[in-house]
Amino acid sequence: MSLNLRELSQRAQGLAPGHRACAGCGFPVVVRLLFAVARRPLVVVNATGCMEVVTTLYPYSAWPVPYLHNAFENAAATASGVEAAVRALQRRGRLSSPPKVVAIGGDGGTYDIGLQSLSGALERGHEFLYICYNNEAYMNTGIQRSSATPQGARTTTSPVGRVLRGKVQPRKDLTEIVAAHGIPYVAQASISHWADLGRKLQKALEVSGPSFVNVLTPCQPGWDYPPEQLVEVARRAVESRYWPLYEVEGGRYRVTYVPREPVPVRAFLEMQGRFRHLLGDEEAVEALQRWVDANWERLRAREAKDH
Amino acid sequence: MSRRRVGLTGNEAVALAWKQIRPHVVAAYPITPATQIVERFSEYVAQGEVDTEFVAAESEHSALSACVGAAAAGARVLTATASQGLALMHEVLYIASGLRLPIVMNVANRALSAPINIHGDHSDTMGSRDAGWVQIYARSVQDAYDRTLLAVWVAERARLPVMVCLDGFTLTHSLEPLEVYPDEAVQTFLGEAPTDGYTLLGGEPITVGPLALPDSYMEFRRALAAAMERVPQVLEEGVRAFRAHFGQDLPSLVDARGTEDAEVALVVLGSYADAVEQAALRARVRGQRAGFVRVVTFRPFPTTPLREALGGVREVVVLERADTLSGLGGPLGVEVRAALYDLEVRPRFTDVIFGLGGRELRDEELDNLLRAGPPGGVVYLGVEGSRVLELA
Ligand SMILES: Cc1ncc(C[n+]2csc(CCOP(=O)(O)OP(=O)(O)O)c2C)c(N)n1
Repeated sequence: MSLNLRELSQRAQGLAPGHRACAGCGFPVVVRLLFAVARRPLVVVNATGCMEVVTTLYPYSAWPVPYLHNAFENAAATASGVEAAVRALQRRGRLSSPPKVVAIGGDGGTYDIGLQSLSGALERGHEFLYICYNNEAYMNTGIQRSSATPQGARTTTSPVGRVLRGKVQPRKDLTEIVAAHGIPYVAQASISHWADLGRKLQKALEVSGPSFVNVLTPCQPGWDYPPEQLVEVARRAVESRYWPLYEVEGGRYRVTYVPREPVPVRAFLEMQGRFRHLLGDEEAVEALQRWVDANWERLRAREAKDH
Repeated sequence: MSRRRVGLTGNEAVALAWKQIRPHVVAAYPITPATQIVERFSEYVAQGEVDTEFVAAESEHSALSACVGAAAAGARVLTATASQGLALMHEVLYIASGLRLPIVMNVANRALSAPINIHGDHSDTMGSRDAGWVQIYARSVQDAYDRTLLAVWVAERARLPVMVCLDGFTLTHSLEPLEVYPDEAVQTFLGEAPTDGYTLLGGEPITVGPLALPDSYMEFRRALAAAMERVPQVLEEGVRAFRAHFGQDLPSLVDARGTEDAEVALVVLGSYADAVEQAALRARVRGQRAGFVRVVTFRPFPTTPLREALGGVREVVVLERADTLSGLGGPLGVEVRAALYDLEVRPRFTDVIFGLGGRELRDEELDNLLRAGPPGGVVYLGVEGSRVLELA
């Protein structure tokens, strides 16, 4: 599958202008790319969170496709209901061109409060794509930690104090948890690598059965970087191997992008206010680097086993 | 129309109604005493007797969430639960009604924890009485069957979700004779789900479930209240259509008997209607003019018919299986009192709380209450005071 940017930009049926996402917000990139690569009509189910709030302020909507928001923790369960309806109506001849159901949730709605709902829907094998737009915290409610928040990051519920210096625990590896469900397609992607992301979304849309894409989508107020540096900060997450790009297709692992000359994780950290307190703490930065390296090695070893 | 007469439990009768309704989607999670509804229905699906998409959800929260998704997509949707399961659904109940989705749910009424208890009372559905769902309480297995069929008709025309409540064990697990209508009769009664075109699969890019701020939220909520206010009329039309199709009469809001000349009226919800009506008849034999009122539809609250039935009665006794823990008694009592407040002459009032967690109410207890004269205020019937003191 080759993607041509010019062609995509013409095909892109974007989010309507006027939505209220911040300057330098990452997730609109994902939504636009999703529409650009989709070759079937879509129905979107969205969890409560920034994306829902900025795109659906009544009486306006930025969505060019049928869209349903139910609650915070139940996007996957809601999507299973939509998908069941699609199947049932199709079976009874009341639906000629069945749409693909896409659920979209933030990391809070996916890693944390919605994990059970996600796991249930994956296990049941519904035909749907779940996209986690991962900005590594609860941003809509004012930057609280989630289980996707990396160790050391400052949030309002993992503040920097005299005793504790940002989040104590490392982030949870949701992509691996999802892969353990044995679904046909799982991927990790970043908005900085648009062609890689676009291909993954396309595969995920076309596979039969559940699929899952975990996309790193930086948040300007939450991460605290200059708004025009959105793509750069995401790019450094990948180039430092802090956020590896890979896919698990039919159980086989493949790293889809190997940074030729990986940058130190410090280069990613130093762009963001949420890590400012760490930069003077050599030991903390080194610990993070070791964690990044260990994760990367584990992933490469896993990949090597499959090839 | 040829009816079949069979013996079924309440849960089996509901599952049979579901099969005859032939919903597009059922999403549910098992819990005592509702489990057999879903088990029996799963068998129908496994045997190919019904072509429903059955979503065996991983929780009640997800089950109702899936119902919301399916109903928003234009599907006819059913579910069932009880007690802790209904409590777990609480958040999504409000969303289902706020989005005006005609989901029908059978609730096998059961007590709430703690202490954990699997037996019948109305604490569970009373906890969701203000969630914007129509609530109908069945009296018998036949009634649970009939009202499950009726609920689909009503939900789709009122564009509101409907709960059909049947008492845990006393109805769910009791074998009773049931008149079953032919499948085709059920299908013609219900027809295709009427749609206003506002569905996710209708071809238009509609947005369902937007964010509404203070400039619009209140209009949505007032419109929901207005939809609820129209329900008595929809129900009235529904029972008329039901009678025309099945030859079966169903009281829509309340069922009042012998209240015209009554000095004392007993008001009750659900399956204890039989025992309470019998107690009123025994009182008549003793020379006490007793009347009986069964509240069939609790949401919307049947204010007008209750005022009509209880207007001239001197003494009203509400018997109910739930408590508000507010010091005001149970929810039915609180609301009956509110409904009667504007009467020129207000009756004397007793709220009797009984049968929590499946405790039996014996006929003698009812007879003694009537013989001694209702004491007024809030009474907990059949409770051992000394044991309560120990636990307090
Ligand atoms: C049951 C429930 N708990 C809490 C909230 C409050 N809440 C709304 S959005 C949100 C955080 C969303 O975080 P995430 O999923 O990461 O998405 P983001 O806002 O970052 O886009 C929270 C805590 C809620 N709406 N519902």
